[in-house]
Amino acid sequence: MRKTCLNLVYELAKKDPRVVFVGSDLGPGVLDDMKREMPDRFFMEGVSEQHIIGMAAGLAMEGFIPYVNTIATFITRRCYEQIAIDLCLHDLPVRLIANGGGLVYAPLGPTHLATEDIAITRTLPNMTVVAPSDADEMARFMATTLDWPHPIYIRLGKGGDPVVTGNQKTFEIGRSVTLRDGTDIQIISTGIMSGRALDAAEALSIDGISVGVIHLPTIKPMDTVAVLLAAKSKMLVTLEEHFKAGGLGSAVSEVLIDANQIPERGILRLGLDDTFPLNYGSQDELLEAFGLQPPGIADSIRTALNVRN
Amino acid sequence: MAQLFSNEMYPSSPALDERSRDLRRLVIDALDGGGRGHLGSSMSLIEVFRVIYDDVARHRPEEPMWEERDRCILSKGHGCLALYAVLAAHGYFSKQEMLTFCHFPSILGGHPERSKIPGTEASTGSLGHGLAIGVGMAIAARIKKRDTRVFVVMGDGEINEGSVWEAAMSASKHKLSGLTAVVDYNKLQSYGRTREVLDIEPLADKWRAFGFETVECDGHDVEELRKCLSRPLGTNKPTMVIAHTVKGKGIAFAENEPAWHHKSRVPADQIQAMYDALAEDA
Repeated sequence: MRKTCLNLVYELAKKDPRVVFVGSDLGPGVLDDMKREMPDRFFMEGVSEQHIIGMAAGLAMEGFIPYVNTIATFITRRCYEQIAIDLCLHDLPVRLIANGGGLVYAPLGPTHLATEDIAITRTLPNMTVVAPSDADEMARFMATTLDWPHPIYIRLGKGGDPVVTGNQKTFEIGRSVTLRDGTDIQIISTGIMSGRALDAAEALSIDGISVGVIHLPTIKPMDTVAVLLAAKSKMLVTLEEHFKAGGLGSAVSEVLIDANQIPERGILRLGLDDTFPLNYGSQDELLEAFGLQPPGIADSIRTALNVRN
Repeated sequence: MAQLFSNEMYPSSPALDERSRDLRRLVIDALDGGGRGHLGSSMSLIEVFRVIYDDVARHRPEEPMWEERDRCILSKGHGCLALYAVLAAHGYFSKQEMLTFCHFPSILGGHPERSKIPGTEASTGSLGHGLAIGVGMAIAARIKKRDTRVFVVMGDGEINEGSVWEAAMSASKHKLSGLTAVVDYNKLQSYGRTREVLDIEPLADKWRAFGFETVECDGHDVEELRKCLSRPLGTNKPTMVIAHTVKGKGIAFAENEPAWHHKSRVPADQIQAMYDALAEDA
């Protein structure tokens, strides 16, 4: 997903002279082709997140479309005020490419985990928040970023995630994608969790529970029509690789509460508990520890269905 | 060694001329209309903005977003009354607008906003943002092969922020000779003397070490400012002008007084005292 995203920055830069790339001391070799062919539009700055956001704002004020790339947690926590004021208050078309959303950097520990990034970006006016599920979807999404007039936070997975949106031809910011139809329960998920939602839905179907999966690659602006339609099912489940506080589950709940439309057996929010992870290991191991792999997801849904019967 | 205030450093600083006093009257108008404002922080800036807008920058008040204008960012947004006064004097908006300062429907808030005020390049208020934005603008000019100048005016307290120094390193790395930064060095930040709150000395040495062609001047001497600001000073590097200024300049009872950094609920008799003090300064 990351490779696709960066390659597309290069492709977009070749066809549109407004595109510039700003990195923050990334690994060697990143976008070497762009650096060689368009040295005036390739910037590898130092470890200075506050500065690169401000610099990108200055470039955007002058008509450029900067794609700023660094690790997700650094591009949100360290420079949050620059994002709020320089980008969102000015409503500038800067794209934040956030590497390692969620638990991708599990072995590196809590300093490198982006587990509240959706919450803190989606609450800023003018911001758009996107978390594609796979490389194919990333490619379709990137093509839409040239002319979107607002800042975008782009949450990247680790890469190599299974392609679950293969049946899609286009990407529209703010539009949901139905990955599976179901009549009893709807799972609304984002990012790489949509693949796990499909596996959990399959497991539940063996028990005779019909589960639909709606993938929300755009968390903001939200596809409220799809969310309200999903709420007509018996129970609505939200699933995310993010703290339960403030993320997709919160955003979906806000829509339902505002519309006074709560499913018969309520909303089940699945995500990370309110704690910094106590372990290292892999992304998959941490997801399992939080009950966010398909068997854990299916168990949580079965339990909730029984308790709320 | 005790830190000297700028009027002790420059005892022969020229008296304020009519232009400088007119601009200050506009600041007092806003203070009167709004009942509040950063008086001290704005009065120290008047000559810097006056020289940039009267003598140096290419700009068109009738066409604020003119592509070929030079860019001027007020990074210490709380000094906005100085910017507003100069913009009003140039006709970017009516001088009457100053009386609406901080009122609900006004375009003029306690910190400047790009989307509201013609001629305002960046919304600022939280400190330490302007230099990075200026770096981006100067790089943009380079990509477009334009000789645009970018001015960024910062406060002395403001440069406590680490983000300023991140941007300084980048400006130097990119050899942004089109970028001219100014520090309004009035020696007082909100709580008290900069030397006591967080000493920024040796200030000129710091900027030189960060790769800026650095000069110091009396920030109320219009002729000196013209010499420092009329052209970029470094051929392959950004320029830093350290403007030694007096907080509250022109209002004798407010000069070098931390209490006048910001005032709210300013009573009418104090407003009149400010107009009177300005008249006496002539």
